[in-house]
Amino acid sequence: MTLDVVISSLKEKFGEQIIQDEQLYDFRTITIRKEAVLPIVRYLYDHERFQFRYLTTMCGLHYPKTEQPFGMMYQIHSLVHNLRFRMKAFTVENDLTYDSLTPVFLSANWMEREAFDFFGFKFKGHPNLKRILNVEDMDYHPLRKEYPIEDRTRFDKDDTMFGRKPSDFDRKKLIP
Amino acid sequence: MELNTEVKPGQKQYTTLNLGPTHPATHGIFQNVLKMDGEIIVDSEPTIGYIHRAFEKLAEHKPFYQVTPITDRLNYCSSPINNMGWHMTVEKLLKAELPKRVEYMRIIIMELSRIADHIVCNTVIGVDTGAMTGFLYLFQSREKIYEIFEEICGARLTTNIGRIGGFERDFPEAAWRKIKDFVKNFPAELKEFENLLTRNRIFMDRTIGCGPITAEKALQYSFSGPNLRAAGVDYDVRAMNPYSSYEEFEFQVPVGTHGDTYDRYMVRDEEMWQSLSIIRQAIEKIEKLEDKTSFHANIPSFYLPPKEDVYNNMEALIYHFKIVMGETDVPVGEVYHSVEAGNGELGFYLVSDGGRQPFRLHFRRPCFIYYQAYPEMIKGGFLSDAILTMSSMNVIAGELDA
Repeated sequence: MTLDVVISSLKEKFGEQIIQDEQLYDFRTITIRKEAVLPIVRYLYDHERFQFRYLTTMCGLHYPKTEQPFGMMYQIHSLVHNLRFRMKAFTVENDLTYDSLTPVFLSANWMEREAFDFFGFKFKGHPNLKRILNVEDMDYHPLRKEYPIEDRTRFDKDDTMFGRKPSDFDRKKLIP
Repeated sequence: MELNTEVKPGQKQYTTLNLGPTHPATHGIFQNVLKMDGEIIVDSEPTIGYIHRAFEKLAEHKPFYQVTPITDRLNYCSSPINNMGWHMTVEKLLKAELPKRVEYMRIIIMELSRIADHIVCNTVIGVDTGAMTGFLYLFQSREKIYEIFEEICGARLTTNIGRIGGFERDFPEAAWRKIKDFVKNFPAELKEFENLLTRNRIFMDRTIGCGPITAEKALQYSFSGPNLRAAGVDYDVRAMNPYSSYEEFEFQVPVGTHGDTYDRYMVRDEEMWQSLSIIRQAIEKIEKLEDKTSFHANIPSFYLPPKEDVYNNMEALIYHFKIVMGETDVPVGEVYHSVEAGNGELGFYLVSDGGRQPFRLHFRRPCFIYYQAYPEMIKGGFLSDAILTMSSMNVIAGELDA
């Protein structure tokens, strides 16, 4: 069993849902439409021969300068054949809802909460979608690229001499 | 935190108990709100994030070299493994080929760290059953491992060992001597610890059947490392996707059957023996190598100048500064590299846009992923079993919260 068999089977079954297929270093990566994430994962999980039954990791991505700036990255693994590959599904800012993978993988629960916490993705069908590592009353998603590393909610620090300053726009927004 | 504790007439009254955030048995700061029926846990909800330090955000603002100190604060019981994992990730991006000597030296350090990690975990399982002796006794061995790290890099806990591309130089003579002493003396020490606990009636009664998880559930929860293997799945990154020449070594992947606390203890115990054997093989292999002077891959833009030059020579200082501040060429790319850390598969997903720092760096932290199974594992058990389950899972708050 090789990854080629798996990917060509996916292409056959899901056709246009698969946008791109590339080999990035030692990882085969496919880019798919976001509607296809759950059906593909479920297909690979249930498939008698492929048996991709291990969700290695998933995380959010943000490429602000692209047409579809937000994305989720998934890595799944077939322990039986030792095959693993990566899937990416991109979207635009006003459509950040993905299907939750929790019906297939229990481990998706916290990973999706993490993606929600840091990027603001919503997951349809998630049992308990709330922030996981940051405080619940935070109103922004800190891993997005527009947020600098300095805490914008603080005014007591002036790091101008170190080449860092909170942007004026945000100061105006935050000062009542 | 919303556990429904409202009592209706004729209904049983439950007690809400906060285990943590700063409970001595919670291995760091995280909270578990338990709903108790007498001493039986009916339901629970964990809350994490108390020590979240925004590692991923920090990493996106630090040059590649400066990310290393962030990684060794993940699982601080075995920080060198995290360091090596990060270095290997960047090397994969640079397509660097490492000299065999470096790879074997890394294996020695990584296996020593694994032993140190498992020592902490297994002795703490003992402590949570009330057996303090083993903890005090075996910690001397961990101390010896830390002394080796200290000889190599000057630090004990937050090690920062190695370079992108290998090592600055060979381990000092004293470190090699201490490694060989350790390999010679540790079996007897571990044997004595085993005599104390492994067949101890009280220990067995407390741990067998405590906090079990089936292989199927463990896979559903994406468990990895000793916790997954204790449930009977022989997934080990070192064997399945070898890195750093692990494919040349002979070792076994110990697996359990029931996935309970005792199995997790036994798997870690056996892994320490396997690690020892790997270290012995690595020392042998290094001694047989003809090339005794290569300690770095052929990536000159990442050669840090020798320290004495940095202190005495302006050009060397500038060059050193430039490398550390990220004035080096890193290609555009996207890599994932995972290593078998003390707790399981520690993965680094790195996106580089050719800039001086990672564009995106995601850590696959084994603790974070498997701790969500905790409520299910302790459900229906005693409170004291919940404590044991937590220590046998080896939850490290630094890795959990990132």
